[in-house]
Parts: sequence; C-alpha cells; structure tokens
Amino acid sequence: MRKPEIDKKLLKKHLRGEHADEKGVKTKFFKEKLKRKEVYLEYAAEQAARAEILKNEEEGFIEADQDESTADYTQKEIVQNVDITAATKHFNLSLDFGPYRLRYTKNGRHLLLGGRRGHIAAFDWVTKRIHCEMNVMEEVADVSWLHLETMFACAQKNWVYFYDNQGTEIHCIKRMSRVNRMEFLPYHFLLATASSEGFLSWLDVSIGEIVAQYNSKAGDIRIMCQNPYNAVLCTGGSKGVVSMWSPTVREPLAKVLVHSTPMTAIAVDPKGMHLATGGLDRSLKVWDIRKLSGPLAVYKCGMAVNEIDISQKGVLAFSTGNICEMYKQTVMESENPSPYLRERVNDYVYGLRFCPYEDVLGVSTGKGFTSLLVPGSGEPNFDGLEANPFQTKKQRREHEVHALLEKIPMDLISLEPNEIRGVDVETLQDKVNAKKSILFVKPPRIDFKSRRKMKGKGGSANAAKNKQIVKDAKRKEFIKDAKKARDKVFEQHKEKSTTEDFIPLESSNATVLDRFKVKKKNK
Amino acid sequence: MKVKVISRNPDEYMRETKRDLHKVPRNYDPTLHPFEAAREYVRALNATKLDRVFAKPFLASLDGHRDGVSCFGKHPERLSTLCSGAYDGEIRVWDLPMRSCVRNFVAHEGFVRGITYTPCGERFITVGDDKTVKIWKAETPEVGDEEEPVNTLLSRTVLLGVSHHRTEPIFATCGEVCNIWDETRNEPLNVLKWGVDSLHAIAFNMVETSILAACASDRSVIFYDKRETKPLRKMVLTMKSNKLAWNPMEAFNFTVANEDFNLYTFDTRQLKNPVKIHYDHVSAVTDVDYSPTGKEFVSASYDKTIRIYEIHKSHSRDIYHTKRMQHVVCVGWSYDNKYIYSGSDEMNIRLWKARASEKLGATRPRERANFNYQEALKEKYAAHPEIKRIARHRQVPKKIYNTHKKMRAIKDKEKKKEANVRKHSKKGKFKFVAEKKKVVLKEDV
Repeated sequence: MRKPEIDKKLLKKHLRGEHADEKGVKTKFFKEKLKRKEVYLEYAAEQAARAEILKNEEEGFIEADQDESTADYTQKEIVQNVDITAATKHFNLSLDFGPYRLRYTKNGRHLLLGGRRGHIAAFDWVTKRIHCEMNVMEEVADVSWLHLETMFACAQKNWVYFYDNQGTEIHCIKRMSRVNRMEFLPYHFLLATASSEGFLSWLDVSIGEIVAQYNSKAGDIRIMCQNPYNAVLCTGGSKGVVSMWSPTVREPLAKVLVHSTPMTAIAVDPKGMHLATGGLDRSLKVWDIRKLSGPLAVYKCGMAVNEIDISQKGVLAFSTGNICEMYKQTVMESENPSPYLRERVNDYVYGLRFCPYEDVLGVSTGKGFTSLLVPGSGEPNFDGLEANPFQTKKQRREHEVHALLEKIPMDLISLEPNEIRGVDVETLQDKVNAKKSILFVKPPRIDFKSRRKMKGKGGSANAAKNKQIVKDAKRKEFIKDAKKARDKVFEQHKEKSTTEDFIPLESSNATVLDRFKVKKKNK
Repeated sequence: MKVKVISRNPDEYMRETKRDLHKVPRNYDPTLHPFEAAREYVRALNATKLDRVFAKPFLASLDGHRDGVSCFGKHPERLSTLCSGAYDGEIRVWDLPMRSCVRNFVAHEGFVRGITYTPCGERFITVGDDKTVKIWKAETPEVGDEEEPVNTLLSRTVLLGVSHHRTEPIFATCGEVCNIWDETRNEPLNVLKWGVDSLHAIAFNMVETSILAACASDRSVIFYDKRETKPLRKMVLTMKSNKLAWNPMEAFNFTVANEDFNLYTFDTRQLKNPVKIHYDHVSAVTDVDYSPTGKEFVSASYDKTIRIYEIHKSHSRDIYHTKRMQHVVCVGWSYDNKYIYSGSDEMNIRLWKARASEKLGATRPRERANFNYQEALKEKYAAHPEIKRIARHRQVPKKIYNTHKKMRAIKDKEKKKEANVRKHSKKGKFKFVAEKKKVVLKEDV
C-alpha cells in the first residue's frame, strides 16, 4: 500500500537544512556513509511531517462580517461570541499598587504580577487560583519566573530577591543591585539582569553563582529583552542603539542604530527572526535579526510606543499610551496597515505580554491588569515534553530533573546557536592573519650562556665577544629563514605576468590612475 | 462575526484515572524546540560521562584450576557451558551463570594444548603434551562412573593445537605436522607438511569451511585446504605469530596475534601486507578471538591485560585489567556477543562484559530506545574534543602507561632518524616504506 503524499511545505518545515554535499568527501566509503545519513535525516523529517496529522487543536481566528473590520470589534463583543471557557480568559483586575509588570511561565499557565509600590501576586490565571500575594514594602522594578512556577525572582529597590510560590523569601542576591530589568534564560538556567548602573549580570540559578557580570558602559539600562532563539540579551537605550550581549564576551556581539531618537520599547519574536523597536520618533521598526542592514518595515504611530510584544504565531502587539493595537503579521505588506484588533485599557500601559499556547494578551497598566483575547496569536498544539500547561506535580518534577541534566553551558551562548554542530573551518581572516604573522615576526631573544672555561683561558671580554658572535649568527639564520618564508608567501600571491614586450589591450585590473605610471621606454 | 480562540478541553490532556498513563501530546515543530544542537551536545556529553561511570566490566573470577589455564573450548549450543584446560593436564567444565565448576578430571600428562567441541555439542576433543588426542562425552558421567574418554587417538608426533570443522566430523591437529582426522578413524586422513619445526596454532575457517590456517615457529603462517594433499601457501612475518583467528563473518579475513606486541588483520586475497595493524599492547600478544558478529575481536597479552579492537581500527576500543590478573594466556568471546572469558597464568578464569557499561539483564522497550538514542548521540558528537577526551580516557596500570610512553618515544625517535637519513642522502636511495609494508617478509606459493 502506498503512503499518502506529504505536503512539500510541511516537509520543508521539518527539514533542518539543505542536503550535505558529498563533493568534498574523499573516499567512497564515507560518501556512502553520508548518503545513508541523508536518507535517515529525510526519513526523520518525513515522520515528523506525518505526525502533524495527530495535532488535535486548531488555530484561532476572527472573521469580520461584511462592511466591518476586525479592528472595530471590542473585547466585549468577542467575549460574547466565544465559548464559556474561553470567555473566562478575558478578565480585569484593578489593583492599587501600580504601575505593574507581568510575566507568564513558559507553559503559559501561571502569571506573576509585580507592582512598583511593592505588590507581588503569583497565580494560576486559568483557574484563578492564587499561589501567593504580598507586599514587600519596597519598590519593585521587575519580576520574573524561574524555570518553574514554584519560584520567582523579584528585583526590588536595592537587591534581587527570590521567593517560592508560597511567598517565602528563599534568597537575596546583594551582588545584583539596583536592577531595572530581568530575563530568565530557561535552557541555560541563567537569570540575566540589567542594572541602573549599566551592569549586566548572569546568575546561574541551578548552582547559585553569578557566572558573569560586567559593565556594559551604556549607563542606565531600562529596556531589555532576550532573544529566545539564541539566548542573547538585547538592550536598548537613550542613544537609539540596540546592543546584543552574551555572558562570555564583554563587548556587544552586535550593535545596531535603530532610531535617531531615544528608544522606548524592544521585543524579539519567539522564533528569533524579527526584532521590533519603538522610539520617541513615534515610529515602530521591525528588523531582521540576521541581517541588520535596514528595517524590514517602519510603522508610524500617533504617539511613542511604550510596550511591544510578538506572539508565537507572529501577531505584533504594541501600546501607545492606553491603547493596545494588534497586527496580524509582524511584517506587513502595506505601509499603512489597518490593525487586526484595537483596545483601549483603563490606564497607561506598563507591560504587554502574549501568553504562550493561548490566544491571550496580558496587559498590565498603572491601575491593574487586563487579559485580552487575541484570536490566532498562540500556538494551539503544545509539546508535552517541552512545555505542558496541564502538567501534574509528578510530571513537573520529572521535567525539572531532565531540564537540569540538559542545562546548556553558558559558553555556548552566541549569535548562532547551532554553531556547535558545524565544522571548525579556518576562516579567510584566520588565513590572512597566519600569513601576516609570517611577514612581521620578531627575532626571538637568544639566551646564550658560554661554557665555563678553565681559569685563565679567556676572560669576561672574550666571553662577551663569543656571546655576541653566537647571537649574530642566530639572528642571521633567523632572518634568512623568515625571508624565505616571506618570499614563499609573495611567490604564491604574485600575479602571473606576461612577457615584457606584450602589452595587453585590457589589463584585468586597470585603473584610471594607470596614466600616472612611468611608461616603459622602447629600446 | 465568527470567532474562534484556543480553548482546550482538559479531559483530552489529562489522564482519566490514576492507573492510566499520562498523556503527552507532541508537536515536532522545530521552532518549539530551540537550542536543538546545544541540547543534543549536552545530552551526548552526559551519555558519554554515564558510559564511563557505569563501565564495570568485571563480572566474576572462576577459581579451581591448580595450574595456569592454557586453553578454552566454547560449547556451540549452550552459552552457559565453558570448558578449560590447564598446564597440569586437568580439564574443568564450568557452569557460567552459577559460576561453579561442574566437572573436573585429569585428561593428559603434561599440558592440555587444545580443546574443541564437536559441532553438535555432544563430545569434545582435547589434545595434550602426551601425544594423544582424546574424545570425551560432553555429558557429565553418572556418580560413581569414572571419567573415560570415548576414544583415544595416538599421534606419532607432538600435538600443540586442535580445531574442528564447522559442520563435518573432521578435525585438524597441529604439532610437527598438520594432521586432518576423522572422528571415527584412528589414523589421520591426511598429513600436511611444509618443512618447518612445529606448528603451534591451527584454525578452521568458519565460512569457507575446508580452508584452515596454522602458525609455525619459523614466523610463518601456512594455509591448507583439507581437500588437497599439499599446503596452499605460506607467508613469513617479521616475528612469530602466537595465535590466529578467522573472521566468522568475512571468509577471507583473519587476525594473527604476534610476538612483536601487535596484531595483524590480513586479507587472504592480498597477503603482501596486512589490512590493518592493531597497536597498543606493550608485550607479546598471546591469544585472539573474534566476536560472533565479526566486527570486533579480543586479544590477550603477556602484559597482563586484554584489549578489545574494532577490526577497522588501529587502536583498541577498551582495555581490561585487574590487579591480580597475571599474564593472560587464552581468551574467548562468547557466542551471544555479550561476554569475554580470559584465562591467565595465576590459575583463574575471569568473566568480563564485552561492552563495559552495558546493562545486563532484560531491558524494557523504553529503556532500550533510550540506550539506542544515547548511542546515536555519542556517535554523532564523538569528534568534539571534550566528549572525545572522556570517551577515550582509561585508567591503566602504571607499568603499562610508562611502557607505552617509552615505546612511543622509541618509535618517534626511529621515525625521526629515518626521516633525517632520507633527507641527507641522495634522492631515491632511501625510500619511504610504509609501516604495513614492513610486516610480511616473504610469500610462498
């Protein structure tokens, strides 16, 4: 029986790249081996593509009636048209200790709210079961879940505190002081913080050690996000420059001038493809992270953008003042696109985050929290081994152990996360450097000790003379060798000249400046 | 207006009763699984580390012999049975799962030189220093009955080894000459001779069943065909070969254990040079035996260690040693590809795992799948320096470590000298000779 055909698009989604080229492989044996491997890889991709049929949830959507646009619909209308369980996902919390920051867990089940005036609340937002709620009686700058919903970090006025889901203080890290923004890198178990003194620190929460801490020399960092694709931190600032940081390198891995005015917001999409930035110039720009030469799209907004987020399915949400706007795609075709949805919330927006695996956008404002329904924003089919919203206690424990065993060392954080799989090939720059080093070598120091002679067989003057002779000889030898090596390099790079009396009509590298060259005299 | 938002029914994602399995929906979309390469690398690193943690190959030591163990006979049908012969002429039959001796008797005066079971597994044949070939029943005699051989064949010449034909009731012995015997007759069917002092090891090919090969004391390896009246061919190596083993899966390949610390794998179609030289032993190699898959073999050495090689690799995959094991004389690979037995001078037989970190006993399917996955990961990331270092690391006795270092220094020195001679002499006078080309001195047809 023949198997049904698979959609080419699906197959491409699961393939990890082009076929390996067997051209450079020397022996038949390894060629055959490579071919066999390719067959296996293709089979794996095919199996994964076939497994798509087992997905049982479908993406959300919203369809407007005739002569209407989706942007006209309010939350109220949407809620009236969805089922009861989905309707409960839209709710408002009016809280008194704002402005608030918010954070969802990796599986999108739990929500953490932190108010500037000390209010912290952690709860399961689906069932509305509260884990803990307290006031730390101190300013709270940012909050972040750690790898599980059992622990979270809170950047307070001076230091970073850790609490468990009962609200008990577990730890306080005083080396992380005056932190403005925090990001948790779940696969590396690193809590990255940016302080108002411009210090970036990475704390390994599995061993409780600060693995890297340095001054970014960018001053007060108020805008930061992580790139989920490669765990690199992106910081923005008043200069309109986005810099990307890894714990192992003290200089930014990449820098890009995104706005000519100070920046107000930054976000990276979950696939790590797009970077969205907002500036005081009232524009929002979307960049391709792998090619930062120019923005893919520029949108003009009425006011400066204060928060941005991009969902799993690429829905772009941003807020200007107290208005949240959602766009269906991160990069739109038209310059002046009409929004997918638009919603006015009760106060100025201070936090905007899509909930993973749900069609929900969490908005935290100066006066509380609002959960908005955004159909088609979340990934409908989760992977039970990666992030499971329905995970039981036992599964959670199992997951924690596996995650800890698979903790990626922080040295592997770089712009290209799959670098470890590549072959370490000498780059052209390395080759050039190697050759350059031949051209500019210094003669080595020669430590020569003259042999001790019998008494009266030559004094110190003689010894010094001998020493000089040996040194000279060694140096001469060295210079000779170096010259030989140099000549060899030049020989390799010499242009192939034709015979003298033949003047080519067109030289391969003729320039306009050739006219100033000394002409050869005819004999 | 038509709206749909994600709304999951918890019943579809949670198990109904406590006895059910947890439901784990999968989505193989690569974007949901970030850091694929890095996570795989970490998994491979962990698997390699665990491999070394669980590497406990030693299983049991079987004691009972009153002199050094000289040879093994593997039962062709029963994995639990092993027969061993000693220097004092005693033969012991072992029950391996119980780790006990079930039968022992003195078969020969002087050494037992060789043991081999018949293909049906009902009898075994032993040869000894007393110039006799004795055929015994594999079954233990009744209580009170004496150990009597079924048949005793007298040889005119010294006997040093025995090997049985794969299927027919024919076996070959070696000594001064190579004799081909029929189990039912008292005189040899055929006497094959090629003017050498003595042949000390003989082996029938398992695939091309009428071919057999023997190691002679004049450093040569001689090939015979039991159907012919004359030997087929002969090749002379630089040093004496102690034992020879045919690859059970590839008819034309065989490996010899040589006195010059190396093993050589040859292709019979091309005897000019070995296919592979297997280094790493630091003393004479005394015995070699193939795994039933024909992909690996085990070697015993006078340096008190046994090593496991892959047939295409020059260096060993693993080394086994214990503090008390002395010069290893004989070694065998069990027919289920899981165990290795070694017999040594200090009268003990040792039982090892063929793969040092393998889990013994029944494995459940999920466990099996996980082992396979780890195996694949280890292979995929084997070239990474950290993983390579951990996988390669072995703790060896100081003496072997030092000798190894010394041998390497000597080899480097010789190589350097050779290169210098070549450099400073007339071009073409001293040509570069590959290591492989130096092994075989002469080939006779």
